[in-house]
Amino acid sequence: MDAPGTTRREVLIGALAGGLVATFGAAPARATPDEMRAAIRKVVGTAQVRKGRIDLDVPPLVENGNTVSLVITVDSPMTATDYVKSIHVFNEKNPQPNVIGIRLGPRAGKAKIATRFRLADTQMITAIAEMSDGSFWSASAELIVTMAACVEGL
Amino acid sequence: MTGSLPRCLIVAIALAACVASANGGDIPLDQRRSGYADLGRDTKAMQDDDTSNPATLWVLDGEALWNQKAGSANRACAECHGDATASMKGVAARYPAFDAVQKSPIDLEQRINLCRTERQNATPFAFESHELLALTAFIGRQSRGMPIVSTDEKLKPAIEAGRKLFMQRIGQIDMSCAQCHDDNWGKHLTSSLVPQGHPTGYPIYRLEWQNLGSLQRRLRNCMIGMRAEPFDYGAPEAVALEAYLMWRARGLPVETPAVRP
Amino acid sequence: MARPLINVPAKVKRGQVFEIKTLISHIMETGFRYTTTGQRIPRDIITFFSCSYNGEEIFSADFYPAVSANPFLTFYTVATESGTLEFKWIGDNGFSETASVPVTVE
Ligand code: HEC
Ligand code: HEC
Repeated sequence: MDAPGTTRREVLIGALAGGLVATFGAAPARATPDEMRAAIRKVVGTAQVRKGRIDLDVPPLVENGNTVSLVITVDSPMTATDYVKSIHVFNEKNPQPNVIGIRLGPRAGKAKIATRFRLADTQMITAIAEMSDGSFWSASAELIVTMAACVEGL
Repeated sequence: MTGSLPRCLIVAIALAACVASANGGDIPLDQRRSGYADLGRDTKAMQDDDTSNPATLWVLDGEALWNQKAGSANRACAECHGDATASMKGVAARYPAFDAVQKSPIDLEQRINLCRTERQNATPFAFESHELLALTAFIGRQSRGMPIVSTDEKLKPAIEAGRKLFMQRIGQIDMSCAQCHDDNWGKHLTSSLVPQGHPTGYPIYRLEWQNLGSLQRRLRNCMIGMRAEPFDYGAPEAVALEAYLMWRARGLPVETPAVRP
Repeated sequence: MARPLINVPAKVKRGQVFEIKTLISHIMETGFRYTTTGQRIPRDIITFFSCSYNGEEIFSADFYPAVSANPFLTFYTVATESGTLEFKWIGDNGFSETASVPVTVE
């Protein structure tokens, strides 16, 4: 039975839109851009963060927020004296601002990683790289998350 | 998902409007396309490379189960069927198949469970269990790239029954499968593209599920979306619908295990 | 079940930078979801991953709930000598999984 005042089409929309709520939507609290900045501060301390040296490869349009492909490449020679020490990924609107934190070193040969992560909604993600000389670099990308159709409830 | 809801509403209303004016009929054979064609770059890449396709984890588990003794008969699938790359090649491409003993069409999951109960004297796997999905994915994988075949005359009644179900308006939104998948494929619904709805890659790793799932699970999702009561797993109606979808997709290559949004 | 899937080239040249691909079965339950009856589903995620090359750790990562189910991670290393790559995943509820693959350096 339709609820009073609900059209059939709204019922359809409700059913089709229901699924994504299961991912993160039901959470009472979400991270905010402020929390993301705080999480970044935890990693970089008082150091200055410069834009650049990081390439973020993300899908132009996210087909499903449960699985977003991410490739990060940091511009570094990766020698014994000049290398990337860590890479951290943050988001603005998931319930938690951290996505992944990675430690690497000169033995990596190449500062490039690929992974898949979840996005609750259209939002900005930021990657921070720490270099062996103590400098921090960052890059950000805006991701547009579309909704799945024909999903089941939780 | 606040913010995106009004847009969905507009899209769905637009879709409902084109449904009213759409012309019916089967999709011409040369215009059929797998849902793969509409995937984004990264989802395609995930399916294309076994080492990055999460479904490979199930295929490997299926291979292990294939070689593992089970049931009170204490026999492995491999003891009777040998090397699956040879014995199971092309099998998934022609299921559901007519089973002479049951005198009815059965799908691949049911076929596997028949061997579980009749040949291994073991309890059947539950639908959507990790084991059943793993074995189905492993057997399906042996047909990858082969064209879907649907020529068995004995399947005709099931295919006809499936076609009727596909054309029938059901559920609170009073639409048929055909209104989306025959008449409005290529259009958008809540920002996802309506595919032609071909069962080329099952079981699939669906990003929405974050899991592997069967064709029947996929059909249930569409029926829930239509606000209709889904068929029980293994119900004759569900198998008939599968048989019709396979006939409708005849000639398209098997992609198992595929990735879908 | 839940065997990790590791992919590295069969043979590599000394000094060559090669890709290591890893995929492991895990639900990565975020701890932020609720059942239809309103109960919070407890967090169950992998929290730590590491890779060692002949005993020396060359790469490690902290995972958070935002990492997708069935975590996929690829990275690179320089081929130094033949030996073994060892992988370790640690997570909630005592989750622990290891895998190793041989490296053949020519
Ligand atoms: C004791 C021998 C035996 C064992 C063990 C066995 N099977 Fe079978 N299987 C058969 C025989 C005989 C057939 C031929 C069809 C029939 O049962 O009438 C068959 C048919 C099949 C088919 C259909 C093939 C086709 O061409 O349509 C599949 C798929 C299959 N088995 C899968 C399995 C799986 C998976 C297992 C392990 C879980 C298994 N079988 C275990 C004997 C066995
Ligand atoms: C309101 C439109 C609509 C209706 C009605 C509908 N579907 Fe779908 N169907 C979709 C959409 C949209 C998708 C793709 C969803 C996605 O990828 O997120 C889909 C996907 C599918 C797929 C998966 C195709 C693949 O590539 O794996 C199958 C099979 C399918 N539908 C069958 C059916 C059947 C059978 C019915 C009737 C019981 C039905 N659909 C009714 C919209 C619809």
